[in-house]
Amino acid sequence: MITFSKQQLKIPKLQRPVYLVTAGQSKFDRAFPDKRTEELCIDSFTMAAQLLEISPAELKTYIHSCYYGHFADHFGDQLLGESVIHDRLGLDPLGNIGVKTGGATGGSTIWEGMKAVASGYSDCVLVMGWERMDEVPTDEGNFLISCAADKDWESPLGHIYTGYYAVMAQRYWQIFGKSEDSFRRTLAEISVKHHGYARFNPYAQAPMDITVDDVLNSPVVAYPLRALDCCLMSVGAACTILCDEDTAVKLTKNSKNKPLRLWTSAGTHTLRPADRMDMDIPLLPNETADQYKDLGERFPGGDRYPGFTGFLAARVAAHYAYGMAGITDPTEDLDVVELHDAFTISDVQTYEDIGIRPYGEGRTYVESGDCYHTNPNTGQPGKLPSNISGGLIGCMHSVGATGIMQTFEIASHIWNRWEEFHGDENIWNKFNRQKPKDWTNLQVVGAKRGMAISHAGVGSHVTSTILMDPDHLINKDA
Amino acid sequence: MSMFGQVFVKNNQYKLKGDFHHMTPNMPIRNADDEWKLLGVTNPRAMTYMHSYGGEAVFFESLSQGKLMASRCDNSDCNITGTIYMPFRIHCPDCLAKNSVFDLTDIAKKSATIHTFMECQRSGAFNLLDKPIKFINIEFDGVATILMSYLVVGTPKFGMKVVPIFKTTGPTYTILDLAWVEEGTKEEQLPEGFSF
Repeated sequence: MITFSKQQLKIPKLQRPVYLVTAGQSKFDRAFPDKRTEELCIDSFTMAAQLLEISPAELKTYIHSCYYGHFADHFGDQLLGESVIHDRLGLDPLGNIGVKTGGATGGSTIWEGMKAVASGYSDCVLVMGWERMDEVPTDEGNFLISCAADKDWESPLGHIYTGYYAVMAQRYWQIFGKSEDSFRRTLAEISVKHHGYARFNPYAQAPMDITVDDVLNSPVVAYPLRALDCCLMSVGAACTILCDEDTAVKLTKNSKNKPLRLWTSAGTHTLRPADRMDMDIPLLPNETADQYKDLGERFPGGDRYPGFTGFLAARVAAHYAYGMAGITDPTEDLDVVELHDAFTISDVQTYEDIGIRPYGEGRTYVESGDCYHTNPNTGQPGKLPSNISGGLIGCMHSVGATGIMQTFEIASHIWNRWEEFHGDENIWNKFNRQKPKDWTNLQVVGAKRGMAISHAGVGSHVTSTILMDPDHLINKDA
Repeated sequence: MSMFGQVFVKNNQYKLKGDFHHMTPNMPIRNADDEWKLLGVTNPRAMTYMHSYGGEAVFFESLSQGKLMASRCDNSDCNITGTIYMPFRIHCPDCLAKNSVFDLTDIAKKSATIHTFMECQRSGAFNLLDKPIKFINIEFDGVATILMSYLVVGTPKFGMKVVPIFKTTGPTYTILDLAWVEEGTKEEQLPEGFSF
């Protein structure tokens, strides 16, 4: 049985508050034959400056150090790509560093930037991420992604990452979903929701007006996962600017952006799910040990934790982040979330890992309608809307940028600027995309607090980034 | 005439023979929608890596000899002494002492059961397995971890008893030399090169 010491589980304490003041992103797509990566990065940086009503050159004068998330050097065939982007942004000789934690790279890059500001090393930092996944054919892309599994023990088995998730999906479906068709349809509903929300996002790569049956009839990739259960392979960039309080006030004086308090935490678990040994479920503030005593009776086979059905890394990241920000119940305390829906099954697993629902009951977050912008059962606002951007299934998974895109989305709701960023005809026209006639404003009304979960591999790294309107903190001393 | 790159080690140095990379010319990428203007260039590359198994080499060598080797922490001062690992771990993740090598073949033949599974219809480039690939994750009596591998005879289901088979003829010296079949499978049903 694996146990953890008190010191290991201690809640991190930042030495000073950290604020997010702006963010930006490029268009996301499967390929950009006409653009270099630096052009996409400059697009995102320029947008971040525009939101502050200042020029890119002026914004650069505030930046003291830079944190770049780019996961897969082998996709772009360029080592030290961070140095290329840093130069093209004209930010030499400032210090910069590259961050790589698989699918969690974007979140981990924010984590690094936060620590630089919180420690006092820098008053203002650039956090930027990107990925270039269009320089090889798709099957070679799948091979390159599979290199994120263990090269001796896992990757040779098909060189297909979806397969490594599908064994989890199978286990979860049979144990917690009780092999019910209704559970499989709930998974499909997640894809319908995320492709549907992507229709209202001009940056999104895969807008689709589809049905549950379309998902269930899409080609099998690795049973039970089908093509429409899977995230996208994308190209694009995103960035954000983090700073201390004084700099935040200066940078936002002419902007509609309000500085937002930010906390980011991280957790990890073994690269190979094979190595995950049995342990007691670490509890979040809204859980008790008693509620899991009969888990194995209610769901035979479900009492091995984390096994192939839970992500310890996500649970640990949530433990730290909730402690830092004062969250005791994510569903009550948060207004909007962006989760790492690499696959429909991992979306459900994450609901449980981060305490939106207890273990075994993740499906009810979808079936209750709580995860929707507008609850389809009641017509009222969803209790805790998730992945309004379209997520990784509908919007993008440009790996190094993903966690930053999610954070930008959360900020846009808290700033009450979601409609402006997603509904502007000029953006749709610039991206040569057709704004749907039934375009709908998905602003989460009154959003003051949100969270983005960034997740790598089969749960090897997970970060949790919490944003709050500073006038609506839960814990004023946080 | 070219030959595949081959490597051996002498005096702790890699000795190379044959072709390790193949030269292919760059080709222009042009825009058919805009007067065939230049957009980019292909960068072809085929390389051969030389990868050390280090302390896991005994595991991969043993597969070709029909044996499944696990490892075990025997450090009496360790919090989790006696824990058996499959996948093989060179060092104990708790105390970091070097693990003992432990022959799991008989235990695997008697106790291996499927923890979870899936059938994969697609693969990435360079896949060597026939599709669909039946991935299985296997539990063993007394082992703390759950091995990922593939089933070549039988239809997988939870709790199904399986037995290991080994590519003892023409081994690849990779994890693909280990596969599994449903308990009760006959020798003549095994794929070419495999034996119990």
